[in-house]
Amino acid sequence: MQKKSLDVWVGMFVLLGAAALLFLALKAGNMSSFSFNPTYQVTGKFDNIGGLKPQAPVKSAGVVVGRVADIRFDDKTFQANVILNLDSSFQFPKDSSLKILTSGLLGEQYIGISPGGDVKNLANGDKISSTQSAVVLEDLISQFLYSKAADSGGNNNNGSNNGSSSGGK
Amino acid sequence: MINAIGSLGYSLRMWLTNLGYATRMFVRMLGLSFGLLRRPRLITDQIHFIGNYSLVIIAVSGLFVGFVLGLQGYYTLNKYGSEQALGLLVALSLTRELGPVVTALLFAGRAGTSLTAEIGLMKAGEQLAAMEMMAVNPLQRVIAPRFWAGVISMPILAAIFSAVGVVGGYIVGVRMIGVDEGAFWSQMQGGVDVVKDVMNGVLKSVVFGFAVTFIALFQGYESQPTPEGVSRATTRTVVIASLTVLGLDFLLTALMFN
Repeated sequence: MQKKSLDVWVGMFVLLGAAALLFLALKAGNMSSFSFNPTYQVTGKFDNIGGLKPQAPVKSAGVVVGRVADIRFDDKTFQANVILNLDSSFQFPKDSSLKILTSGLLGEQYIGISPGGDVKNLANGDKISSTQSAVVLEDLISQFLYSKAADSGGNNNNGSNNGSSSGGK
Repeated sequence: MINAIGSLGYSLRMWLTNLGYATRMFVRMLGLSFGLLRRPRLITDQIHFIGNYSLVIIAVSGLFVGFVLGLQGYYTLNKYGSEQALGLLVALSLTRELGPVVTALLFAGRAGTSLTAEIGLMKAGEQLAAMEMMAVNPLQRVIAPRFWAGVISMPILAAIFSAVGVVGGYIVGVRMIGVDEGAFWSQMQGGVDVVKDVMNGVLKSVVFGFAVTFIALFQGYESQPTPEGVSRATTRTVVIASLTVLGLDFLLTALMFN
Protein backbone atom coordinates (compact mmCIF):
# COMPACT_ATOMS: atom_id res chain seq x y z
CA MET A 1 0.00 0.00 0.00
CA GLN A 2 2.81 2.36 0.86
CA LYS A 3 4.29 1.85 -2.57
CA LYS A 4 1.07 2.99 -4.21
CA SER A 5 1.10 6.44 -2.62
CA LEU A 6 4.73 6.85 -3.70
CA ASP A 7 3.75 6.15 -7.29
CA VAL A 8 1.22 8.94 -7.16
CA TRP A 9 3.93 11.41 -6.19
CA VAL A 10 6.23 10.22 -8.95
CA GLY A 11 3.36 10.52 -11.40
CA MET A 12 2.69 14.06 -10.24
CA PHE A 13 6.37 14.91 -10.62
CA VAL A 14 6.43 13.68 -14.21
CA LEU A 15 3.14 15.43 -14.95
CA LEU A 16 4.51 18.67 -13.54
CA GLY A 17 7.51 18.37 -15.84
CA ALA A 18 5.26 17.80 -18.84
CA ALA A 19 3.15 20.79 -17.84
CA ALA A 20 6.27 22.95 -17.54
CA LEU A 21 7.41 21.90 -21.01
CA LEU A 22 3.96 22.58 -22.40
CA PHE A 23 3.99 26.01 -20.77
CA LEU A 24 7.39 26.78 -22.29
CA ALA A 25 6.28 25.57 -25.72
CA LEU A 26 2.89 27.26 -25.82
CA LYS A 27 3.19 30.35 -23.66
CA ALA A 28 6.87 31.21 -24.04
CA GLY A 29 7.61 29.63 -27.42
CA ASN A 30 6.10 30.02 -30.84
CA MET A 31 4.27 26.67 -30.86
CA SER A 32 0.90 28.38 -30.74
CA SER A 33 1.73 30.36 -33.87
CA PHE A 34 2.35 27.18 -35.87
CA SER A 35 -0.71 26.77 -37.97
CA PHE A 36 -1.58 23.48 -39.52
CA ASN A 37 -3.87 25.06 -42.06
CA PRO A 38 -3.10 24.23 -45.69
CA THR A 39 -0.91 26.87 -47.31
CA TYR A 40 0.12 27.89 -50.80
CA GLN A 41 3.51 29.22 -51.80
CA VAL A 42 4.25 32.41 -53.65
CA THR A 43 7.63 33.95 -54.32
CA GLY A 44 8.44 37.62 -54.06
CA LYS A 45 11.49 39.20 -55.66
CA PHE A 46 13.09 41.93 -53.60
CA ASP A 47 16.05 44.19 -54.34
CA ASN A 48 16.90 44.36 -50.65
CA ILE A 49 15.30 42.45 -47.81
CA GLY A 50 17.03 44.32 -45.00
CA GLY A 51 16.81 42.24 -41.83
CA LEU A 52 13.96 39.97 -42.87
CA LYS A 53 14.24 36.45 -41.49
CA PRO A 54 12.51 33.14 -42.15
CA GLN A 55 9.39 32.66 -39.99
CA ALA A 56 8.68 36.39 -40.12
CA PRO A 57 4.96 37.07 -40.41
CA VAL A 58 3.18 38.13 -43.60
CA LYS A 59 0.46 40.61 -42.77
CA SER A 60 -2.40 42.12 -44.65
CA ALA A 61 -4.19 45.03 -42.97
CA GLY A 62 -2.18 44.11 -39.87
CA VAL A 63 -3.53 40.56 -39.68
CA VAL A 64 -1.12 37.64 -40.02
CA VAL A 65 -2.03 35.72 -43.19
CA GLY A 66 1.15 33.67 -43.63
CA ARG A 67 4.82 33.31 -42.88
CA VAL A 68 8.15 33.63 -44.67
CA ALA A 69 9.22 30.07 -45.47
CA ASP A 70 12.63 30.67 -46.98
CA ILE A 71 14.90 33.38 -48.33
CA ARG A 72 17.25 32.69 -51.25
CA PHE A 73 19.59 34.74 -53.35
CA ASP A 74 19.20 34.65 -57.11
CA ASP A 75 22.56 35.26 -58.78
CA LYS A 76 20.96 35.80 -62.23
CA THR A 77 18.95 38.85 -61.29
CA PHE A 78 20.91 39.67 -58.12
CA GLN A 79 17.69 39.80 -56.21
CA ALA A 80 16.45 38.02 -53.13
CA ASN A 81 13.73 35.42 -53.64
CA VAL A 82 11.50 35.37 -50.60
CA ILE A 83 9.25 32.34 -50.48
CA LEU A 84 6.02 32.93 -48.60
CA ASN A 85 3.58 30.40 -47.21
CA LEU A 86 0.16 32.00 -47.33
CA ASP A 87 -2.84 30.55 -45.56
CA SER A 88 -5.12 28.89 -48.12
CA SER A 89 -8.20 30.40 -46.54
CA PHE A 90 -7.03 33.84 -47.65
CA GLN A 91 -6.98 34.61 -51.37
CA PHE A 92 -5.25 37.63 -52.89
CA PRO A 93 -5.53 39.11 -56.39
CA LYS A 94 -2.74 38.27 -58.81
CA ASP A 95 -1.38 41.81 -58.94
CA SER A 96 -1.01 42.20 -55.18
CA SER A 97 2.18 43.86 -54.07
CA LEU A 98 4.60 43.09 -51.24
CA LYS A 99 6.35 45.52 -48.95
CA ILE A 100 8.92 44.92 -46.25
CA LEU A 101 7.84 46.85 -43.18
CA THR A 102 9.15 47.26 -39.67
CA SER A 103 7.00 46.99 -36.59
CA GLY A 104 7.90 49.92 -34.43
CA LEU A 105 11.10 51.89 -34.73
CA LEU A 106 13.53 49.06 -34.02
CA GLY A 107 11.13 46.12 -34.12
CA GLU A 108 11.29 43.01 -36.24
CA GLN A 109 10.61 43.19 -39.95
CA TYR A 110 7.61 41.65 -41.61
CA ILE A 111 6.05 41.55 -45.05
CA GLY A 112 2.94 43.54 -45.77
CA ILE A 113 0.82 42.34 -48.66
CA SER A 114 -1.50 44.89 -50.21
CA PRO A 115 -4.16 43.52 -52.54
CA GLY A 116 -4.40 44.65 -56.15
CA GLY A 117 -7.43 44.74 -58.40
CA ASP A 118 -7.03 41.67 -60.60
CA VAL A 119 -9.94 39.27 -60.91
CA LYS A 120 -7.66 36.23 -60.84
CA ASN A 121 -6.21 35.14 -57.52
CA LEU A 122 -2.67 34.16 -56.62
CA ALA A 123 -2.05 30.44 -56.94
CA ASN A 124 0.62 28.09 -55.67
CA GLY A 125 4.01 28.83 -57.26
CA ASP A 126 3.16 32.32 -58.47
CA LYS A 127 5.75 35.06 -58.50
CA ILE A 128 5.13 38.59 -57.33
CA SER A 129 7.41 41.19 -58.88
CA SER A 130 5.80 44.39 -57.66
CA THR A 131 7.65 44.66 -54.41
CA GLN A 132 9.02 47.39 -52.23
CA SER A 133 12.33 46.76 -50.54
CA ALA A 134 13.15 47.24 -46.93
CA VAL A 135 14.05 50.72 -45.80
CA VAL A 136 17.74 50.73 -45.04
CA LEU A 137 18.60 53.21 -42.36
CA GLU A 138 21.99 54.10 -43.88
CA ASP A 139 20.36 55.00 -47.23
CA LEU A 140 17.84 57.18 -45.47
CA ILE A 141 20.54 58.96 -43.50
CA SER A 142 22.72 59.51 -46.55
CA GLN A 143 19.73 60.86 -48.51
CA PHE A 144 18.99 63.17 -45.64
CA LEU A 145 22.62 64.29 -45.47
CA TYR A 146 22.76 64.90 -49.25
CA SER A 147 19.61 66.98 -49.16
CA LYS A 148 20.97 68.91 -46.20
CA ALA A 149 24.23 69.46 -48.01
CA ALA A 150 22.35 70.60 -51.11
CA ASP A 151 20.30 72.98 -48.98
CA SER A 152 23.24 74.54 -47.24
CA GLY A 153 25.08 74.76 -50.57
CA GLY A 154 22.19 76.78 -51.98
CA ASN A 155 22.05 78.93 -48.90
CA ASN A 156 25.72 79.78 -49.10
CA ASN A 157 25.15 81.43 -52.46
CA ASN A 158 22.54 83.68 -50.94
CA GLY A 159 24.69 84.86 -48.12
CA SER A 160 25.26 83.90 -44.48
CA ASN A 161 23.74 80.64 -43.23
CA ASN A 162 21.62 81.98 -40.45
CA GLY A 163 20.11 84.93 -42.20
CA SER A 164 19.12 83.11 -45.36
CA SER A 165 17.54 80.08 -43.70
CA SER A 166 15.18 82.26 -41.74
CA GLY A 167 14.74 84.67 -44.59
CA GLY A 168 14.00 81.91 -47.07
CA LYS A 169 10.95 80.94 -45.14
CA MET B 1 62.94 16.67 -9.18
CA ILE B 2 62.83 13.13 -10.48
CA ASN B 3 60.31 12.38 -7.76
CA ALA B 4 58.12 15.27 -8.85
CA ILE B 5 58.09 14.07 -12.46
CA GLY B 6 57.47 10.56 -11.25
CA SER B 7 54.50 11.55 -9.12
CA LEU B 8 53.13 13.66 -11.95
CA GLY B 9 53.31 10.66 -14.25
CA TYR B 10 51.77 8.49 -11.58
CA SER B 11 48.82 10.79 -11.01
CA LEU B 12 48.29 11.12 -14.76
CA ARG B 13 48.28 7.35 -15.05
CA MET B 14 45.84 7.01 -12.16
CA TRP B 15 43.62 9.61 -13.80
CA LEU B 16 43.69 7.73 -17.10
CA THR B 17 43.00 4.45 -15.31
CA ASN B 18 40.01 6.00 -13.56
CA LEU B 19 38.71 7.38 -16.84
CA GLY B 20 39.00 4.01 -18.51
CA TYR B 21 37.41 2.27 -15.55
CA ALA B 22 34.56 4.77 -15.52
CA THR B 23 33.96 4.22 -19.24
CA ARG B 24 33.96 0.44 -18.79
CA MET B 25 31.56 0.73 -15.87
CA PHE B 26 29.30 3.04 -17.90
CA VAL B 27 29.11 0.60 -20.80
CA ARG B 28 28.48 -2.37 -18.49
CA MET B 29 25.79 -0.46 -16.66
CA LEU B 30 24.08 0.40 -19.96
CA GLY B 31 24.22 -3.27 -20.92
CA LEU B 32 22.70 -4.32 -17.60
CA SER B 33 19.97 -1.69 -17.82
CA PHE B 34 17.70 -3.73 -20.06
CA GLY B 35 16.93 -6.00 -17.12
CA LEU B 36 15.39 -2.98 -15.41
CA LEU B 37 12.54 -2.91 -17.91
CA ARG B 38 11.06 -5.85 -16.05
CA ARG B 39 11.29 -4.02 -12.73
CA PRO B 40 10.38 -0.37 -13.38
CA ARG B 41 9.48 -0.01 -9.72
CA LEU B 42 13.20 0.24 -8.90
CA ILE B 43 13.42 3.32 -11.10
CA THR B 44 10.22 4.98 -9.85
CA ASP B 45 11.43 4.60 -6.25
CA GLN B 46 14.60 6.42 -7.17
CA ILE B 47 12.79 9.10 -9.19
CA HIS B 48 10.78 9.76 -6.05
CA PHE B 49 13.97 10.09 -4.04
CA ILE B 50 15.98 12.08 -6.59
CA GLY B 51 13.29 14.04 -8.40
CA ASN B 52 10.47 14.76 -5.98
CA TYR B 53 12.74 15.75 -3.14
CA SER B 54 14.68 18.14 -5.42
CA LEU B 55 11.48 19.76 -6.61
CA VAL B 56 11.20 22.40 -3.91
CA ILE B 57 14.77 23.69 -4.13
CA ILE B 58 14.56 23.75 -7.94
CA ALA B 59 11.24 25.57 -8.02
CA VAL B 60 12.27 28.14 -5.41
CA SER B 61 15.63 28.76 -7.11
CA GLY B 62 13.88 29.10 -10.45
CA LEU B 63 11.48 31.65 -9.01
CA PHE B 64 14.28 33.78 -7.59
CA VAL B 65 16.42 33.51 -10.71
CA GLY B 66 13.37 34.68 -12.66
CA PHE B 67 12.93 37.60 -10.24
CA VAL B 68 16.54 38.65 -10.61
CA LEU B 69 16.44 38.32 -14.41
CA GLY B 70 13.34 40.49 -14.43
CA LEU B 71 14.99 43.19 -12.34
CA GLN B 72 18.40 43.17 -13.99
CA GLY B 73 16.98 42.77 -17.48
CA TYR B 74 14.64 45.69 -16.95
CA TYR B 75 17.45 47.84 -15.60
CA THR B 76 19.62 47.18 -18.66
CA LEU B 77 16.91 47.20 -21.31
CA ASN B 78 15.43 50.40 -19.92
CA LYS B 79 18.64 52.21 -20.89
CA TYR B 80 17.89 51.42 -24.53
CA GLY B 81 14.20 52.06 -24.22
CA SER B 82 13.36 48.49 -25.12
CA GLU B 83 11.98 47.14 -21.87
CA GLN B 84 9.25 45.46 -23.96
CA ALA B 85 11.86 42.84 -24.84
CA LEU B 86 12.11 41.81 -21.19
CA GLY B 87 9.97 38.72 -21.72
CA LEU B 88 12.19 37.62 -24.58
CA LEU B 89 15.34 38.13 -22.52
CA VAL B 90 13.99 36.21 -19.54
CA ALA B 91 12.63 33.32 -21.59
CA LEU B 92 15.68 32.95 -23.82
CA SER B 93 18.24 33.07 -21.05
CA LEU B 94 16.23 30.57 -19.02
CA THR B 95 15.43 28.03 -21.71
CA ARG B 96 18.84 28.16 -23.35
CA GLU B 97 21.30 28.49 -20.49
CA LEU B 98 20.18 29.11 -16.95
CA GLY B 99 17.48 26.46 -16.84
CA PRO B 100 19.69 23.48 -17.73
CA VAL B 101 22.92 24.76 -16.14
CA VAL B 102 21.66 26.04 -12.79
CA THR B 103 19.41 23.01 -12.45
CA ALA B 104 22.36 20.72 -13.10
CA LEU B 105 24.50 22.55 -10.53
CA LEU B 106 21.73 22.40 -7.93
CA PHE B 107 21.05 18.80 -8.88
CA ALA B 108 24.70 17.93 -8.28
CA GLY B 109 24.49 19.57 -4.87
CA ARG B 110 21.11 18.22 -3.87
CA ALA B 111 20.82 14.76 -5.44
CA GLY B 112 24.38 14.00 -6.55
CA THR B 113 25.86 14.30 -3.08
CA SER B 114 23.19 12.13 -1.53
CA LEU B 115 23.74 9.48 -4.20
CA THR B 116 27.49 9.49 -3.60
CA ALA B 117 27.11 9.34 0.18
CA GLU B 118 24.49 6.60 -0.02
CA ILE B 119 26.54 4.37 -2.27
CA GLY B 120 29.78 5.18 -0.45
CA LEU B 121 28.20 4.14 2.83
CA MET B 122 26.75 1.02 1.22
CA LYS B 123 30.26 0.20 0.17
CA ALA B 124 31.72 1.05 3.59
CA GLY B 125 29.07 -1.16 5.21
CA GLU B 126 30.01 -3.90 2.76
CA GLN B 127 26.44 -4.08 1.48
CA LEU B 128 27.66 -4.07 -2.11
CA ALA B 129 30.01 -6.95 -1.35
CA ALA B 130 27.16 -8.79 0.35
CA MET B 131 25.02 -8.37 -2.75
CA GLU B 132 27.75 -9.83 -4.90
CA MET B 133 27.94 -12.77 -2.51
CA MET B 134 24.23 -13.37 -3.18
CA ALA B 135 24.89 -13.27 -6.93
CA VAL B 136 23.08 -9.94 -7.22
CA ASN B 137 25.01 -7.54 -9.40
CA PRO B 138 25.14 -4.22 -7.53
CA LEU B 139 25.67 -2.43 -10.83
CA GLN B 140 22.28 -3.65 -11.95
CA ARG B 141 20.44 -3.54 -8.64
CA VAL B 142 21.87 -0.33 -7.12
CA ILE B 143 23.67 1.78 -9.70
CA ALA B 144 21.56 1.42 -12.86
CA PRO B 145 18.16 2.36 -11.33
CA ARG B 146 19.66 5.45 -9.72
CA PHE B 147 21.35 6.39 -12.97
CA TRP B 148 18.19 6.19 -15.06
CA ALA B 149 16.18 7.94 -12.37
CA GLY B 150 18.66 10.82 -12.49
CA VAL B 151 18.61 10.93 -16.30
CA ILE B 152 14.80 11.04 -16.27
CA SER B 153 14.50 13.55 -13.43
CA MET B 154 17.02 16.08 -14.69
CA PRO B 155 15.17 17.34 -17.83
CA ILE B 156 11.90 17.42 -15.87
CA LEU B 157 13.51 19.53 -13.16
CA ALA B 158 15.13 21.82 -15.75
CA ALA B 159 11.81 22.34 -17.52
CA ILE B 160 10.15 23.18 -14.20
CA PHE B 161 13.01 25.56 -13.37
CA SER B 162 12.61 27.40 -16.68
CA ALA B 163 8.83 27.58 -16.48
CA VAL B 164 8.86 28.84 -12.89
CA GLY B 165 11.62 31.31 -13.84
CA VAL B 166 9.51 32.73 -16.67
CA VAL B 167 6.64 33.17 -14.23
CA GLY B 168 9.08 34.87 -11.81
CA GLY B 169 10.22 37.25 -14.54
CA TYR B 170 6.57 37.95 -15.30
CA ILE B 171 5.79 38.70 -11.65
CA VAL B 172 8.64 41.19 -11.32
CA GLY B 173 8.55 42.65 -14.84
CA VAL B 174 4.82 42.97 -15.41
CA ARG B 175 3.22 42.91 -11.97
CA MET B 176 5.76 44.94 -10.01
CA ILE B 177 7.62 47.15 -12.51
CA GLY B 178 4.81 47.54 -14.98
CA VAL B 179 6.13 46.37 -18.35
CA ASP B 180 3.24 45.99 -20.77
CA GLU B 181 1.81 42.50 -20.39
CA GLY B 182 0.91 41.98 -24.05
CA ALA B 183 4.36 43.04 -25.23
CA PHE B 184 6.01 40.84 -22.59
CA TRP B 185 4.35 37.67 -23.85
CA SER B 186 4.19 38.50 -27.56
CA GLN B 187 7.88 39.43 -27.78
CA MET B 188 8.64 36.21 -25.96
CA GLN B 189 6.54 34.14 -28.33
CA GLY B 190 8.00 35.94 -31.32
CA GLY B 191 11.57 35.26 -30.30
CA VAL B 192 11.61 31.86 -28.62
CA ASP B 193 11.69 28.99 -31.06
CA VAL B 194 10.30 25.70 -29.80
CA VAL B 195 12.81 23.49 -31.57
CA LYS B 196 15.86 25.71 -31.49
CA ASP B 197 15.57 27.07 -27.96
CA VAL B 198 13.24 24.94 -25.87
CA MET B 199 14.14 21.52 -27.28
CA ASN B 200 17.85 22.27 -27.33
CA GLY B 201 17.56 23.30 -23.68
CA VAL B 202 15.89 19.98 -22.92
CA LEU B 203 18.62 18.14 -24.83
CA LYS B 204 21.24 19.98 -22.79
CA SER B 205 19.57 19.00 -19.54
CA VAL B 206 19.45 15.35 -20.65
CA VAL B 207 23.19 15.43 -21.31
CA PHE B 208 23.79 17.10 -17.94
CA GLY B 209 21.59 14.46 -16.32
CA PHE B 210 23.79 11.73 -17.79
CA ALA B 211 26.98 13.47 -16.67
CA VAL B 212 26.01 14.53 -13.14
CA THR B 213 24.27 11.29 -12.17
CA PHE B 214 27.02 9.10 -13.50
CA ILE B 215 29.77 11.16 -11.85
CA ALA B 216 27.93 10.98 -8.51
CA LEU B 217 27.41 7.23 -8.78
CA PHE B 218 30.96 6.56 -9.92
CA GLN B 219 32.44 8.61 -7.09
CA GLY B 220 30.32 6.72 -4.59
CA TYR B 221 31.17 3.37 -6.12
CA GLU B 222 34.87 4.15 -6.16
CA SER B 223 35.13 5.88 -2.77
CA GLN B 224 37.45 4.62 -0.04
CA PRO B 225 35.21 2.65 2.32
CA THR B 226 35.97 4.89 5.28
CA PRO B 227 34.12 7.93 6.70
CA GLU B 228 36.89 10.17 5.37
CA GLY B 229 36.79 8.49 1.98
CA VAL B 230 33.03 9.00 1.67
CA SER B 231 33.34 12.66 2.61
CA ARG B 232 36.08 13.14 0.04
CA ALA B 233 34.03 11.37 -2.61
CA THR B 234 31.07 13.64 -1.86
CA THR B 235 33.22 16.74 -2.27
CA ARG B 236 34.69 15.39 -5.48
CA THR B 237 31.20 14.76 -6.84
CA VAL B 238 30.25 18.41 -6.48
CA VAL B 239 33.54 19.71 -7.87
CA ILE B 240 33.82 17.37 -10.83
CA ALA B 241 30.12 17.46 -11.68
CA SER B 242 30.00 21.27 -11.60
CA LEU B 243 33.09 21.64 -13.77
CA THR B 244 31.84 18.99 -16.19
CA VAL B 245 28.48 20.70 -16.48
CA LEU B 246 30.03 24.09 -17.21
CA GLY B 247 32.50 22.64 -19.71
CA LEU B 248 29.83 20.57 -21.45
CA ASP B 249 27.59 23.62 -21.53
CA PHE B 250 30.16 25.53 -23.52
CA LEU B 251 30.60 22.64 -25.93
CA LEU B 252 26.88 22.08 -26.40
CA THR B 253 26.18 25.78 -26.84
CA ALA B 254 28.88 26.02 -29.48
CA LEU B 255 27.37 23.02 -31.28
CA MET B 256 23.74 24.03 -31.01
CA PHE B 257 23.57 27.79 -31.40
CA ASN B 258 26.37 28.64 -33.78
